[in-house]
Amino acid sequence: MKFLRYLARNPVSLFGVVILLAFVLIAVFAPVLAPPQSFQLSPYDTPRAGFLATPQPPSPEAVFGTTQGQYDIFYGVVWGTRTAFKIGLGVVAISVLIGTVVGAVAAYYGGVIEEVLMRIVDVFMAVPFLIAAMVLTALLGKGIVPITIALTTFGWMSYARIVRSEILRIREMDYIHAARSYGASDLRLIVLHILPNAMFPVLVLATMATGSMVLSASALSFLGVGTEEGYADWGQFIAYSRNWIVGQPGNPFQFWYTLAFPGAAVFLFVLSWNLVGDALRDMLDPRHAH
Amino acid sequence: MLNYALRRLMMLPIVLFALSLMIFALQMSLSPTQRLAAYAPSPDYLKGGQESIRRMIEQYGLNDPFYIQYGRWIGGILTGNLGWSETARQPVSTALMSLFPATLELVVLAFVPCLLLAVFLGSRAGIYLNRWPDHVIRIFTILGWSFPVYVFGLLMLLIFYSALDWFPPGRLSQWAQTVVSSSDFVRYTGANTIDALLNGNLAIFGDALRHLAAPVITLTYVNVASMTRVMRTSMLETLRQDYVRTARAKGLPRRVVELRHARRNALLPLATIAGMELAVMMGGVVITETIFDYAGLGQFAAKTAANLDFPAVLGFGLYFAVVLVVMNLIVDLIYPLLDPRVKTQ
Repeated sequence: MKFLRYLARNPVSLFGVVILLAFVLIAVFAPVLAPPQSFQLSPYDTPRAGFLATPQPPSPEAVFGTTQGQYDIFYGVVWGTRTAFKIGLGVVAISVLIGTVVGAVAAYYGGVIEEVLMRIVDVFMAVPFLIAAMVLTALLGKGIVPITIALTTFGWMSYARIVRSEILRIREMDYIHAARSYGASDLRLIVLHILPNAMFPVLVLATMATGSMVLSASALSFLGVGTEEGYADWGQFIAYSRNWIVGQPGNPFQFWYTLAFPGAAVFLFVLSWNLVGDALRDMLDPRHAH
Repeated sequence: MLNYALRRLMMLPIVLFALSLMIFALQMSLSPTQRLAAYAPSPDYLKGGQESIRRMIEQYGLNDPFYIQYGRWIGGILTGNLGWSETARQPVSTALMSLFPATLELVVLAFVPCLLLAVFLGSRAGIYLNRWPDHVIRIFTILGWSFPVYVFGLLMLLIFYSALDWFPPGRLSQWAQTVVSSSDFVRYTGANTIDALLNGNLAIFGDALRHLAAPVITLTYVNVASMTRVMRTSMLETLRQDYVRTARAKGLPRRVVELRHARRNALLPLATIAGMELAVMMGGVVITETIFDYAGLGQFAAKTAANLDFPAVLGFGLYFAVVLVVMNLIVDLIYPLLDPRVKTQ
């Protein structure tokens, strides 16, 4: 309710929610929007119309045009939406889980255990994120499971930090002392009384991270270690456009469609998550209240 | 203060040790035959059949227990031998050192306008809270924040290279590269713009700037958003302080209070974020450099990671960890200059 009232006052945030819902619809109705052909092994293998090297402009058969090697851009963008949701939500959900457990254990036990866990967090923070994720993906092989594992491995730390500091803060609040005086056990306190209240900042961070993880995932594909050739993945399609940035003399924008459609898809997807996350933060952070 | 900085510094060896273990563990997940490739001077070397491969694995001790191999490897690193990079076809340390000036040049040129823009836009947005400048700045920054670097970079190439032919990719044009590699041109720093000025060659200077423009614009736009947001939030907070109201009450003009009293103090949280941002840029302009074919550390790191060139990846990891620690240290040292209260604590 509070969220709806906020949206009514903030058209920009409302815009974000609308785009996000549109992406959800595209992902859900992908089989209707871009029906897979019967010969496809998986709906994520983008069908190709021949093997011609040069991209072809939009036409009735391929409304967004085709890439080099004739992959259908419309198909790739539509099914790429599912890929984006799978990777974004998958990475963030697993990262939140790991981060929450590490942060809660550190805050609960304190002492040496806390020190060791938080130093491990520091070490992971000192790793160059994208390069480390590239190495791990290159080792694990292509596909969205390796991408998810790699991005999770190097992306869970900030949740651990937030959960730990939130628990330490909330632990000293009056209602916790009250609950303890009733005889609630430490574990019960943490799981039932503290964690639910510590989850708001995590929610904000997770919302924003969903967009940026999709960015990183498509960056991996763009850099050549992400998904298999022809997989319906926005980063992959943007990578295809790289060789076609320069058109023929006198026609510099000849291959605009190879970049415009998949590029717009990633951009709008990330934008919508950022707008929603921004709105959540505005609502939950009293310092931003006006 | 100094104590705190020293403790930070003591963290460095621990971080580096853990990092080296991590990378080594990743490396060990490959089979000895795969790892042997790193030792082979040329691909023909491995064509000698099973027997010679087995002999070489023996020779380099690739079947030894984990800790012995790790010890041998780390021993080399401690004596300054970072190993051989297959990707660069030269020692890792040589490759890193020759590429560092290029990345530094790019990052500094992008970071300075980024910081100034963030201070300007952020304080403006805070002053005009919920009025049109605030809205415009918010949209501008959130767009930049959501723009995938590679999409923005490719757009820049499409417009400024393909259509207008102003800003070509690479670091230098062919003719300029010939001049720079010739013996008449002295390489003082390895940064093209500075070297060109020191050699008094304005044509080279212009060419270097032409190649830097597009990646600099890309990096600035993509990175300015988060700093602007921090600046805005912190400006809002300072504007709410009692001393700001006092200054207004005693009749100082609004502009003086906003810019001299409030903005100065609002810079504090920005310093922390800016330091982090700078460190991340120094270690990770991977995509920007790759798109604009700008031969720097980021492009190199991306290539080595994709090739699983482990000595080079570890070298880059060490470099990044050092950059992070040094940047944190610099921020810690700048803090008392910005905020005299820190010194007395």
